[in-house]
Amino acid sequence: MKFSEEFETRFSEMIGHYPTKRSVLVPTLLYAQDEVGFLSDEVVQEIAGRLDLTELDVRNVISYYSLLTTKPRGRYNVQVCTNIACMLRGGEELFVHCKKKLGIGHKGTTPDGMFTLEEVECIGACSWAPAVQVNYDFHENLTPGKLDKVLDEYKKKGTQ
Amino acid sequence: MVDLVSHPDEIKVVSKRFGKGATNLDRYLELEGYKAVQKALGMEPDAIINEVKNSNLRGRGGAGFSTGMKWSFVPKQAPKPKYVLCNGDESEPGTCKDRLIFEHDPHSVIEGVMIAALAVGSQTGYIYIRGEYRYLSVIMQKAIKDAYARGFLGKNIFGSGKDLDIFWHGGAGAYEVGEESALMESLEGKRGIPRIRPPFPAVVGLWGGPTVINNAETLASVPHILLGGAEWYANLGTSRNGGTRLFCLAGNLSKPGVYELPMGYNLKKMIYEVGGGIANGRSLKAVVPGGSSTPLLLPEEIDIPMDFDSLTKAGSMLGSGGVVVLDDTNCIVKFALRTMKFYQHESCGWCIPCREGTDWLKKTLTRFHAGGGVKKDIENIQYLSENMLGRTFCPLGDAAAMPTIAFVKKFRKEFEDHLEGRPCPFEKEGAVEELPVLAR
Repeated sequence: MKFSEEFETRFSEMIGHYPTKRSVLVPTLLYAQDEVGFLSDEVVQEIAGRLDLTELDVRNVISYYSLLTTKPRGRYNVQVCTNIACMLRGGEELFVHCKKKLGIGHKGTTPDGMFTLEEVECIGACSWAPAVQVNYDFHENLTPGKLDKVLDEYKKKGTQ
Repeated sequence: MVDLVSHPDEIKVVSKRFGKGATNLDRYLELEGYKAVQKALGMEPDAIINEVKNSNLRGRGGAGFSTGMKWSFVPKQAPKPKYVLCNGDESEPGTCKDRLIFEHDPHSVIEGVMIAALAVGSQTGYIYIRGEYRYLSVIMQKAIKDAYARGFLGKNIFGSGKDLDIFWHGGAGAYEVGEESALMESLEGKRGIPRIRPPFPAVVGLWGGPTVINNAETLASVPHILLGGAEWYANLGTSRNGGTRLFCLAGNLSKPGVYELPMGYNLKKMIYEVGGGIANGRSLKAVVPGGSSTPLLLPEEIDIPMDFDSLTKAGSMLGSGGVVVLDDTNCIVKFALRTMKFYQHESCGWCIPCREGTDWLKKTLTRFHAGGGVKKDIENIQYLSENMLGRTFCPLGDAAAMPTIAFVKKFRKEFEDHLEGRPCPFEKEGAVEELPVLAR
């Protein structure tokens, strides 16, 4: 199992920050997922081995956190917030719009592997609602029209 | 980068460096950065704690507990290392303030953690940032690195002979982790499940050592208190509610945004003047004053000072500063349902009243809103909520129950209007999809 140099540098740095090894687990899983795309059996095995944990321990933690996934996702994870502040300003309409536009439902992935769609809880963009996070990038004060442009940009970027 | 807003009534303390390039360490130093911690290095720990106590600074995460008091609970002598943990797992619906602090003024958080560490005699601090805020983690990691490079952190800080380390830590998506004991579990690399108290974190916290846990905004306020003095800070607010806070105005307002206003600022003014009033010429239906966990207020209840004590007296809470405004086109049953859907999703499942309570409430409200409700459901919603109150490990159960009780109590008629298979009177055409109607 090979991770990037950046990952390894961060990992060896972080592990010195805590009195116990397993403390690095949550951020490490997220960074590993960012590189591999999802937490594959191989990743789980590797991280469990490095931190002297059982795979079960690691899976137990993975299942708790909503950003972590053991299933492959599309290249761009479109996370539409429909929590109260976004809902009041059209978050649900955005989600319905995305479903139609992408032809997939909650946690579905487009056949070309470009987009995964997810209805998410509050992402901390309440004063700039409605908001969508694509991977880690925030897109705020959206309308269906503006979101179309955002998604088209990603699609263009993804096919290049 | 989000747009910054401003209003003449604002008093900028925590936000005074917003938009001024203070992520750059040199710029931060020009703007009085790291002066407060140098002052703290020359003070006795008890003097720092007293200064913070006298400033009437209260926890900005939601509970509103006196920060100085919290610090004073940490034992002077402890067999295990002491820790300071900054809670930047901002996830309360309606709240988006810590995000701006991390984005514009990360060093103020570092400085706050340093001062807290000096006050309680700790040599290690952690700044926990939620996983969704990746770009802020990048900013924070760089800020910490820069501070180390100048000798502000590490061995012999500012030549004082004292050692102090501060590290960054990241989450991976969980509201529950914002609860202090779950936060510690998460930092220790586990599922974010709350711990039973006592012992309180101030005595037994991270890896069994005494731990101070404060919200990011609380810690970012501390350097300003040390420089400006407790009296100055206390006088910005009302009695027992010192200073200013970041209010996140959201919902159906003309000018939503994050504004820094003195504690005790009138809510009506906040909505109609600062927030520009209700958007699209509609009228106010209700307001959630401090994040989704706080019971909503009716239009006739909003002539109220926004401080912890006044809101408690009005049967609600000041909470985390997330002011969510609803106009008259919104259905309260639907709002209640969406709120409960959130808590059901975020309940960690550890204790039964919360796990089962939120799930049954979500199911009942879903069916109810879709027209499959019966009269008894209204009683049941209230009964279930009341039975969750105070019976859970952590405040998530209360956070789900309190607003729900208020929805039913204050908008009973709207619940009744959904009965007998009638469609939701507020449903916009094509806005939402069909919801499942369970057979009765």
